[in-house]
Amino acid sequence: MDISAIFQIAGIGIIVAMIHTVLKQMGKEDMAHWVTLIGFVVVLFMVVRMLNELFQEIKTIFLFQ
Amino acid sequence: MEIVQIAGIGLLAAILMLVLKEQRPLFAFLLAMFTGVFIFLMMLGKIDAVIGTMQQLAERSGIPSVYLKTILKMIGIAYIAEFASQIIRDAGAESVASKVEFAGKVLILVMAVPIINVIVETVVGLLPAGG
Repeated sequence: MDISAIFQIAGIGIIVAMIHTVLKQMGKEDMAHWVTLIGFVVVLFMVVRMLNELFQEIKTIFLFQ
Repeated sequence: MEIVQIAGIGLLAAILMLVLKEQRPLFAFLLAMFTGVFIFLMMLGKIDAVIGTMQQLAERSGIPSVYLKTILKMIGIAYIAEFASQIIRDAGAESVASKVEFAGKVLILVMAVPIINVIVETVVGLLPAGG
């Protein structure tokens, strides 16, 4: 994990917003919502993995184990 | 000059968040969380070095390691609770954030109970008997 992940998240957000708008224009509301949901899950996965890493690190450093 | 790096990351994330907030507030929130975790992870390495030094000092001065461990655990709980409550506050759930802080305080207090016990026993031992 490095700094590029921040750009990745922002990029995913912008692209998902674009796709959402386009699909909405085409009248495919349900597809647009699915795209948003999948984008959210992908980003959430990245964030949660990083959060897990952080908590493990805190645990080892502050002698929780 | 790590601080330049960190300030850069923070500014960058803030700008990206401003762009995202218009379209998808959810992604802006996740970005804020990610940035927070990232900066915290960068700093943890430094904290590790400081704690190592503190442990060495404690060993050399003969302080029982239980005390240092308890204090370090308290610091760890404080960091985690603070981090979580700030992110939750960012998400707008003020009441949940203050509950997390409250839980952190209670857990720290629970950890402190054995130490308080030792202090009270010491003080009682110092008092003259039957006084």
